Amino acid sequence: MYKTFLLSAVLFSISTYTAVVNSQEGVRLGIPVSEEDLSQFDLIAGPDGSGFPSGSGTARQGKEVFDVNCAVCHGANGEGTSGNTIIVGGDMQSEGPPLRTVGSYWPHASTLFDFIRRAMPAIAPKSLTNEQVYQVTAYVLYMNNIITEDMELNAANLAGIEMPNADGFIDRSDIQ
Amino acid sequence: MSDKVFEKVAANGLISRRHLLGLGVSGTGLALSGAALGADSGINFQIPSWSRQPGPGASAYGARSSYAENLERLSGAPNPTYPGGGASRSPLQHLQGTITPNSLHFERHHAGIPNIDPSQHNLVINGLVRQPLVFRYEDLLKYQMVSHIHFLECSGNSGALMRGEVGGSAQSLHGLVSCAEWTGIPLSTLLDEAGVLPEAKWVAAVGADAASMGRSVPISKALDDVMVALYQNGEAVRPEQGYPMRLFCPGWEGNISVKWLTQLKLTAEPAQFRDETSKYTDTLPDRSSYQFTFPMGTKSLITSPSGEMTLDQRGIYQVTGIAWSGSGSIRRVEVSADGGQTWAEAAIQGHQLDRALTRFTIPWEWNGGRAILQSRATDSQGNVQPTREALIAQKGTLSFYHTPCIQSWGVNTQGEVTNVYV
Repeated sequence: MYKTFLLSAVLFSISTYTAVVNSQEGVRLGIPVSEEDLSQFDLIAGPDGSGFPSGSGTARQGKEVFDVNCAVCHGANGEGTSGNTIIVGGDMQSEGPPLRTVGSYWPHASTLFDFIRRAMPAIAPKSLTNEQVYQVTAYVLYMNNIITEDMELNAANLAGIEMPNADGFIDRSDIQ
Repeated sequence: MSDKVFEKVAANGLISRRHLLGLGVSGTGLALSGAALGADSGINFQIPSWSRQPGPGASAYGARSSYAENLERLSGAPNPTYPGGGASRSPLQHLQGTITPNSLHFERHHAGIPNIDPSQHNLVINGLVRQPLVFRYEDLLKYQMVSHIHFLECSGNSGALMRGEVGGSAQSLHGLVSCAEWTGIPLSTLLDEAGVLPEAKWVAAVGADAASMGRSVPISKALDDVMVALYQNGEAVRPEQGYPMRLFCPGWEGNISVKWLTQLKLTAEPAQFRDETSKYTDTLPDRSSYQFTFPMGTKSLITSPSGEMTLDQRGIYQVTGIAWSGSGSIRRVEVSADGGQTWAEAAIQGHQLDRALTRFTIPWEWNGGRAILQSRATDSQGNVQPTREALIAQKGTLSFYHTPCIQSWGVNTQGEVTNVYV
């Protein structure tokens, strides 16, 4: 009798425990954080201008950063050292297969800053300062004749730079 | 003679799948002409050495047979301007069933494989949520999980066909597809915990690799069937597949299942990452480009016989292959031995799961003549795999993503099997 009671008690406690663990309502282990906590972690610089850090830069300043960090793969003038490294030139309306570069293909200027900051230079991603990322972004846009050599890019104006192929894309995200 | 024995269901030697059982079990009457039995066969009936002494005992971690070590992924040469970048392809022509062994699952990396200490890895959910949260790996293991078998395919798989590349094997042409049982937490569980705000329409997912590779997922998909995958075929996700965790978006182009997942940011608009703008977009003949092409197409592929194999004698072969669709399950696979003029329905070997590889097979008698083997899949939505010609007419050859067209394997009179275009 006592044993039965004990067993029941044990089984009851096991089933209660199981119920708690298996209930999605019962498992809420996310730790609250603030966006301020994430300021060094969240690198997303969006096309709406969100997520851009403080700082600024011009193409004139960016040339030196580019020569030191980027030209080894992308060439001194962005002409590239292999197909995937060409970042200047191209024309989507060219006769043959179009050369797709930052200037001819990329629809958003924000992508350039976002990508350089998170992924470039390829051998040492995230080694540039935010200031240097603004400068190199400006230089690449300048080499593609999209901005002038002395235009200062910053958090307020970078995402608004209009790219030549901005209207060249058809959003198919509704097909799921 | 075999014409009398077996019901031919399409031209050039395709035999009804109803004969499969007899063919597989006995082989009676199917012995390849000239195949002899007994003393002249060269078979050694002595008791082998391994039957005369005990072998090694149980081991802590298994390894494949030393006689089966030739199976390898195929990867390209390293590119100094793209450190850690590139892909490796599954040896599809040597695999059977539908589950890809983890060691042979295809890879695609944009900046190499990070060596992540899970105790130092976090998953952040921020942006348009009621409360930004960070999840520790050890805490995620405590959540209720789900398991699903799904294929994963790089959107650039089979692009070689659009380029008209000569030669190639099932692996080199189509090896950027694999299939596994993925186990993890429904993304909706974690998003609900953070509290998705009504204005959130996209989830920007970012990995912890050196490229911090990112992709944007529509909120409708994120709340539907996307998972934060922690296990692959029962074991912790392998480093090359995203250890300690990856996003998994069933049926969609592989790149969006972000590996080494470390951030999910709820946003009103897509983040427009590099890998959803300048890459993984499809330029059309009129020079406009599709963006956010998500579901993978309806597709199939004969894996044996296939490119770079040789049929060593006339007789019966089991044509086999895999079929899959990003829009549902596989309803039917047809096979042709005459370049698509006549078709026969193949048998499905095993399961027909939603957005998973499905194995098909059909017997075929090679009479020593020329043949062109093709397969054509139809999925549960009625989508039919297109010919290469039809696909090119539809989207041109300026981009090489999303190319689910029919593969043609030519067989010549020497039995050599090669990639051909018809």
